[in-house]
Amino acid sequence: MQGSITPQMIKDHNLTMEEYQRIVEILGREPNLTELGIISVMWSEHCSYKSSRVHLKKLPTRAPWVIQGPGENAGVIAVDETWAVAFKMESHNHPSYIEPFQGAATGVGGILRDIFTMGARPIASLDSLRFGTLDKPRNRYILEGVISGIAWYGNCIGVPTVGGEVTFASCYDGNPLVNVFNLGLVRQDKIFKARAAGVGNPVIYVGSKTGRDGIHGATMASEEFSEDSEEKRPNVQVGDPFTEKLLMEACLEAFQHDWIVGIQDMGAAGLTCSTSEMASKGGVGIEIDLDKVPQREEGMTAYEIMLSESQERMLLVAKKGTESKVIEIFKKWGLDAVVIGQVTDDSLVRVWHKGEVVAEVPALCLTEDTPVYDRPQEKPAYLDEVQTLEEKDIPAPPDMKKVLLKLLGHPNIANKRWIYRQYDHMVRINTVVLPGSDAAVIRIKGTDKAVALSSDCNPRYCYLDPYLGAQQAVAEAARNVACSGALPRAITNCLNFGNPEKPPVMWTFARTVEGMAEACRVLETPVTGGNVSFYNETMGKGIYPTPTIGMVGILDRVEDRVTQGFKSPGDQVALLGENRGHLGGTEYLEFIHGKVAGKPPAVDLEYERRLHRLLVILAREGLLRSAHDISHGGLAVTLAECCISDETPVGAWVELKDHIRPDALLFGEDQGRVILSLSPENRGKVEVLAQKHRIPFQALGTVGGDTLTISWPQGKLESTLKELIETWNRGLTQWLEK
Amino acid sequence: MKFGVVVFPGSNCDHDCHWAVSHVLGQGAEYVWYQDRDLTGLDCIILPGGFSYGDYLRAGALVRFSPVMGAVREFAENGGLVIGICNGFQILLEAGLLPGAMMRNKNLRFICEYIHIRVERTDTPFTCLLKEGEVLKIPIAHMDGNYFADETTLATLEANGQVVFRYCSPRGEVAEEYNPNGSLENIAGICNSEGNVLGMMPHPERCCEALLGSEDGKKIFQSIVYHLSGVGV
Repeated sequence: MQGSITPQMIKDHNLTMEEYQRIVEILGREPNLTELGIISVMWSEHCSYKSSRVHLKKLPTRAPWVIQGPGENAGVIAVDETWAVAFKMESHNHPSYIEPFQGAATGVGGILRDIFTMGARPIASLDSLRFGTLDKPRNRYILEGVISGIAWYGNCIGVPTVGGEVTFASCYDGNPLVNVFNLGLVRQDKIFKARAAGVGNPVIYVGSKTGRDGIHGATMASEEFSEDSEEKRPNVQVGDPFTEKLLMEACLEAFQHDWIVGIQDMGAAGLTCSTSEMASKGGVGIEIDLDKVPQREEGMTAYEIMLSESQERMLLVAKKGTESKVIEIFKKWGLDAVVIGQVTDDSLVRVWHKGEVVAEVPALCLTEDTPVYDRPQEKPAYLDEVQTLEEKDIPAPPDMKKVLLKLLGHPNIANKRWIYRQYDHMVRINTVVLPGSDAAVIRIKGTDKAVALSSDCNPRYCYLDPYLGAQQAVAEAARNVACSGALPRAITNCLNFGNPEKPPVMWTFARTVEGMAEACRVLETPVTGGNVSFYNETMGKGIYPTPTIGMVGILDRVEDRVTQGFKSPGDQVALLGENRGHLGGTEYLEFIHGKVAGKPPAVDLEYERRLHRLLVILAREGLLRSAHDISHGGLAVTLAECCISDETPVGAWVELKDHIRPDALLFGEDQGRVILSLSPENRGKVEVLAQKHRIPFQALGTVGGDTLTISWPQGKLESTLKELIETWNRGLTQWLEK
Repeated sequence: MKFGVVVFPGSNCDHDCHWAVSHVLGQGAEYVWYQDRDLTGLDCIILPGGFSYGDYLRAGALVRFSPVMGAVREFAENGGLVIGICNGFQILLEAGLLPGAMMRNKNLRFICEYIHIRVERTDTPFTCLLKEGEVLKIPIAHMDGNYFADETTLATLEANGQVVFRYCSPRGEVAEEYNPNGSLENIAGICNSEGNVLGMMPHPERCCEALLGSEDGKKIFQSIVYHLSGVGV
């Protein structure tokens, strides 16, 4: 099995000469081509986290309610004594740029497998999406493809897509981001892991047949794009949600019995990854015979079979003697299920093909012993320049209403209904807060509880200050969840960055992780897993640092849930927090003045923690009619959203007393603020509780009428609900509907 | 009273239908596997929504070859109650248990949202507790819900009063602007001429609890129970 590996082959496998030397050392010989393929894919950035590992260690991962932290297919936290939720977020950026529909669809398929591999039934998805600006036709094409791909896969398999976020910036022109989150429900005593054990136990392949699709998908995700990237379309896998539905039901049925020892899905790096990870985690070896692998095409080589990323496949280890019963369940669901190998005691991944051993590699070489780099960092030159902002150089616009409408109609802020209407967001009948509020709320049947989910990141803030931006992303995600009445409990993340071999990119990555670590520590929301996506660069142009946060909160009583829209005329409008008029990094500054500049707003984490706990208590005491976090577009935009985002729109009169320049007061994005509405008789109680938590409370006005009126010391603006709604609704559709 | 919820490969509203009739209404319910041929002991068959066979070929098209459909046909011919919801409605059309066909939504996209339907007939087993002209707030979630039938079939449907639900405004006004998918005559649900087989695109099982935003769907299942037992629930 000796081959002759040339320097060109090493380069084609995206390995450095030093890395190749290490491979030779570990093996004690030269690898053959199949082994080179296997090792190179496991050593790719995508699978090995070689540039990020040293930094990710800084993230807090533990809390009494965390059942499973990073290292498995998904993190798990407790909901009550019996139930837990498994959740994870992953990126599918590169495939979605090359082939938007299938790229996004298979992203959904992949994250769902991560969840049901844990033994959990997937019950809700979120999608955090970033596109280039909609004035460019190609970006509209990518958006349409991505949305319909997500819809096609999620709707067919019957897992609701209940929320997410969409933002637009030209840095995503050549690099859209598709970050997919899923959460599943699992009994605490029925959690499964990707661990092989028991020498002689059968290794069973289940699901779709293996084809030549997606070979080197993981390697593709570990390099920059160039002009000919579109030629990589054949590297993108093709999804089949119908087969995955059958696979999911069959796995969940098999898990009901005491037959399965360990299970791992075949995502990136397919059979290679699943065999080596299961062996390595279990401290055992795995031996498989490729002749037994169900194949879709003829004449596939060992190299191709091991590296195929054909979708909808799983590898499981069963207790010896139960294999026929396991196989019977998969057959019932019309799926292939074949014993292809067994667990061994030699800690090697050994691959047979046509009667010969074609690869024999220590499992650890593919997992734990992959290269780790502490890559050089350098503060990016652009930072000092962009952080400078002289507010006196920003002219105050004469007509604040015009500004409000312009922001409300910007695609970043506009109504996202055009998108979520294409997602089945109700199937499984658990969605008790539908898309369009700060967080989606999903009830847990058979209990009083619910989970609240939000995904957040403001990439502009992260560009202007990666450390602060990451803190803000965690704080905002927690605030969104708390606005729904749920206590923020844990996060998963998706860290999207440029090329880590460039020191300025590595510097922003390191600061991001530090900011996130600090925020997660103070807010008591540990990181239970996630994903790093580097090399988001096309022709040398990188994206904004985009650390997407997927936050999970627990609501003790589902009836206590709160939504963002104003409800009844006569209710009082109030503000938690303080208006300071921070202009740096705002939507206002970019979309009205064409400037991406200044420091992003500061985040007081201790204060945020108190604010979130206050919101949970107010919800539990039933004192809130609505609660809405102030974020993109500031106070005025948030008030408009409170008026128009509920099923029955209603106006409001608001009087602001702060002596701040009006544009900063109306559109500044100071953190830690929430707009409440409450029944007038509860005002006293709310004020007392706010005081107790040391959170400023300020009555702003009254709900009612069919206009939104906002006055401030120097003036006022008035806009009818009709014009607010039309502007907000048109923001996206004007680009997407002919 | 026992409901049978059929599970085809790719059904995904089977659990929801089961929950609605068993948990919310407190009735008996069991799953019927698509390869079963025996419906003995069941009072009403629900063909749930989803993507049976992945909607490959055409929504609902492949299911009619599955073993259970022979039994469902026989069950219906003997007067048994059959309700097809969403993909279940598409299946009933493809199997010829109801007339007409589904085309892709007129905007060519999947649509999931709450809409309103007007009750056109109250003398069916599925609507006997409803009032004529009553408006139900109920969700749709489909890609192919654009009901089509040739002129003769449509005339027969209307003449026989087989149109059970039409898309309408919250106040019950039937007009094109309240038609989400392009269906002829705003048709949201039809029954066979005997009235024991109903197909509807909206999802009553998704709105049986106030927590979910509407309880209007419950009235349809309650009507079925009332019809079969003569007792309200």
